[in-house]
Amino acid sequence: MSRVLMKGNEAVVHGALTGGATHFFGYPITPASEIAQAGARYFTLSGRTFLQAESEVAAINMIYGASGAGARTMTATSGPGLSLMAEGLSYLAGAELPAVVVDVQRAGPGLGNIWPEQSDYNAVVKGGGHGNYKNIVVAPNSAQEMCDMTREAFALADSYRMTVIILSDAYIGQMMEPVDIPETVSHGVRKSWALYGDAESRGNLISSILMNPQLQSGHNEMLQQKYRDIESTVTDYETYETEDADLVLTAFGISSRISLTVVKELRKQGYRVGLLRPKTLFPFPSIAVRELAEAGKAFAVFELNYGMMADDVALAVNGISPVLRYNWLGGIVPTVKEVAGKVVEDLGRIAASKRGGAV
Amino acid sequence: MMTHTKPDAFYDTFERKGHNDKNTHYCPGCGHGTIHKLIAEAIDDLGIRDRVIFHSPVGCSVFAYYYFDTGNIQCSHGRAPAVATGVRRVHNDAVVISYQGDGDLAGIGTAEIIHAANRGENITVFFVNNAIYGMTGGQMAPTTLQGQKTLTTPLGRDSVRDGLPIGMSEVINALKTPVYIERVTLSSAKGVMKTKKAIRKGLEYQVDGRGFSFIEILSPCPVNWKMDPVASRKWLAENLEPIFPVACFRDSCTNSSAVISARAALEVSELTEAVESSPAASENAGHLPFMGDDQLISLLNGEIPLERLETIQLAEDQLVKIAGFGGQGVLSGGVLLAKCGIAESLHTTWLPSYGPEMRGGRAYASVILSNDEIGSPVVDNPNVLIAMNTPSLEAFENDVVPGGLILVNSSIVSRKVSREDVQVLYVPASNIAKEGGLTAAANVVMLAVYLHHTGKIPVERLKDIIPATVKRKEFVEENLKMIDRTLNYYDTHFRS
Repeated sequence: MSRVLMKGNEAVVHGALTGGATHFFGYPITPASEIAQAGARYFTLSGRTFLQAESEVAAINMIYGASGAGARTMTATSGPGLSLMAEGLSYLAGAELPAVVVDVQRAGPGLGNIWPEQSDYNAVVKGGGHGNYKNIVVAPNSAQEMCDMTREAFALADSYRMTVIILSDAYIGQMMEPVDIPETVSHGVRKSWALYGDAESRGNLISSILMNPQLQSGHNEMLQQKYRDIESTVTDYETYETEDADLVLTAFGISSRISLTVVKELRKQGYRVGLLRPKTLFPFPSIAVRELAEAGKAFAVFELNYGMMADDVALAVNGISPVLRYNWLGGIVPTVKEVAGKVVEDLGRIAASKRGGAV
Repeated sequence: MMTHTKPDAFYDTFERKGHNDKNTHYCPGCGHGTIHKLIAEAIDDLGIRDRVIFHSPVGCSVFAYYYFDTGNIQCSHGRAPAVATGVRRVHNDAVVISYQGDGDLAGIGTAEIIHAANRGENITVFFVNNAIYGMTGGQMAPTTLQGQKTLTTPLGRDSVRDGLPIGMSEVINALKTPVYIERVTLSSAKGVMKTKKAIRKGLEYQVDGRGFSFIEILSPCPVNWKMDPVASRKWLAENLEPIFPVACFRDSCTNSSAVISARAALEVSELTEAVESSPAASENAGHLPFMGDDQLISLLNGEIPLERLETIQLAEDQLVKIAGFGGQGVLSGGVLLAKCGIAESLHTTWLPSYGPEMRGGRAYASVILSNDEIGSPVVDNPNVLIAMNTPSLEAFENDVVPGGLILVNSSIVSRKVSREDVQVLYVPASNIAKEGGLTAAANVVMLAVYLHHTGKIPVERLKDIIPATVKRKEFVEENLKMIDRTLNYYDTHFRS
């Protein structure tokens, strides 16, 4: 195995190809373009397929076709492109087609700017398109995880027949770190439901239309059951120094990296602070959150949006412990000092409230 | 001859409306039934039933999969050509049919049809033009005629407000890549026979791998036109056909000896150029052989990996900020440093400023080298600042931690560092680089001074890194010489 310095965005392509991806349909957008560029290079050189679509709308529909045809297929984009893909994502969910989509988040709404935000959380985690559906959402926070989570996403997508979204951000995508390139390739297998243009698959139908409300209802119940099932099988998170913590910073992606430094700095100064980092955002590690809340810990949810994941934390905590919101918007990434300052201030308040005051 | 038995490409019964139904869901007199049958017969004739993947659109023909005993995929509104592209790129032997109406293809889906056509996807598109949105109950389509009354043009289509009906065959004919474009009509028995031929030809060309075929079929919609089936044929002939002339716009394959492939319309020189510029020009233009696992892993590992060294111990994390003009090698300098860190088995991050605004403007890279896992990759307070120009020094001087090191490119920065609690080296990096004959290597000069001065990482490591990192191989030797030149300068000027 060798370690290669590369951007998170390039690492995605290394993960994809070793995860058995064969078809990449791309469209350029900052700060995700390196994924399409690396895709164009490595998919083409390795005899896989890279095609630049005319739009994100076309890209996600090419994926619908390629996935329906049984291939392991992907695209990568950023916020404005994700908005354009909303319809396609809903169709993929309705037809239960596996797909992998990388969202390297930038600031919005609208054209916004190209600096990091995490404000696609609701669109990605709660659905984004129309109808009752979910995507599996994983949140890498290093170049290595951009590689590994993308690699694993293809098997995950195939086994649940769902879209897996790699929810990244401008910093995690643009940052270079050493990456251990996987040494094996995990290939997809023939799917009984897919279209191969042969006798065996002739009777297959890829569709999301069920005109009969009873049938549509049954289909939706089946999907919801699937989404409930994966809560126990797919949920992933990590904790750092939470055991004796009074306050648990809760963060994903780039904010979890900043949080790690904050926790280390504050621990040196004797503050009891820890970190909870969800690695899957759907399914969300609600049980882990709940257990920490039951152990009397307060939460400070640090995210580059207006408190989207904080809503999920609050839902899991259900009022038994304070949930504070640390939010920065517009592409502003706070310094370690700024975040640490808020934590220290809030730890003081929490201590005061335990003595009888209010947070 | 029209056959009157059920083609094999149809299911025996249609389950759309009820069990064991033998009727379609289409309205009496609708053209879809006729077109379906012609397609099913062509599929039978060509013996391709198992290979067909039928793309149904949104519109009245959304339920085509109830009739065609083939592979079926139902697409979102207007996107069938994109979906078909995806399918085609996976299965070279499949027969890919995209069946679309006028709202779908000529309205919401114009981008997808234009680009699938322009790429010359080897697919067959059947475009059913009945000048109205049928499934939603009779609203204006892009092909609705001037003055035609619909639910959304109650007083008739008004060209001033709505534009004129769009001729899609003519639009597609403006592209060079499609091989076959024909408009046919269902207004008469003769028209139906010509339609049958066109459908068959469009499928045959695909089976032969020739490329993109587009068959526009003028088709009656008696219910939404509010007339009986017989009158609708007459209306079609009298009103639609003058606006949408029935014609074969292109048939590149009639002169078969002249046609090589789907790319027939491309200039030969263009094609040759494309093949020659591909990294491994082969007879399989544009598509390289599917690599096995070992080959793929080796491709992904890229450059020859450096031998991994024992991890050196840093007394403190190195939080380095390199800043300057875009084009001063700021980002690539950061990469070189990060690679030195990796070679020493250190934890390493590199974070750039990026995007269009940095081109020619201010650029900076944050590099962290550590013995521990790195949290934030952002260097807010560097302990090493390499300032390649004056604005960088202005911007970041005050962020440097007390006791930190500032390297100033004194070839460009004329002022002195105002702080007294930091260590400063004034290095005329641009001049040293210029004198060494490699203006772009000012970054290498600065890195060499930083490594040599602090001793954090042996400067030899930088020499190890350069051959695998510098893209233009003719500059490798010059970069290595630049390091020696820098060390000489350092010994002369800073060692006392």
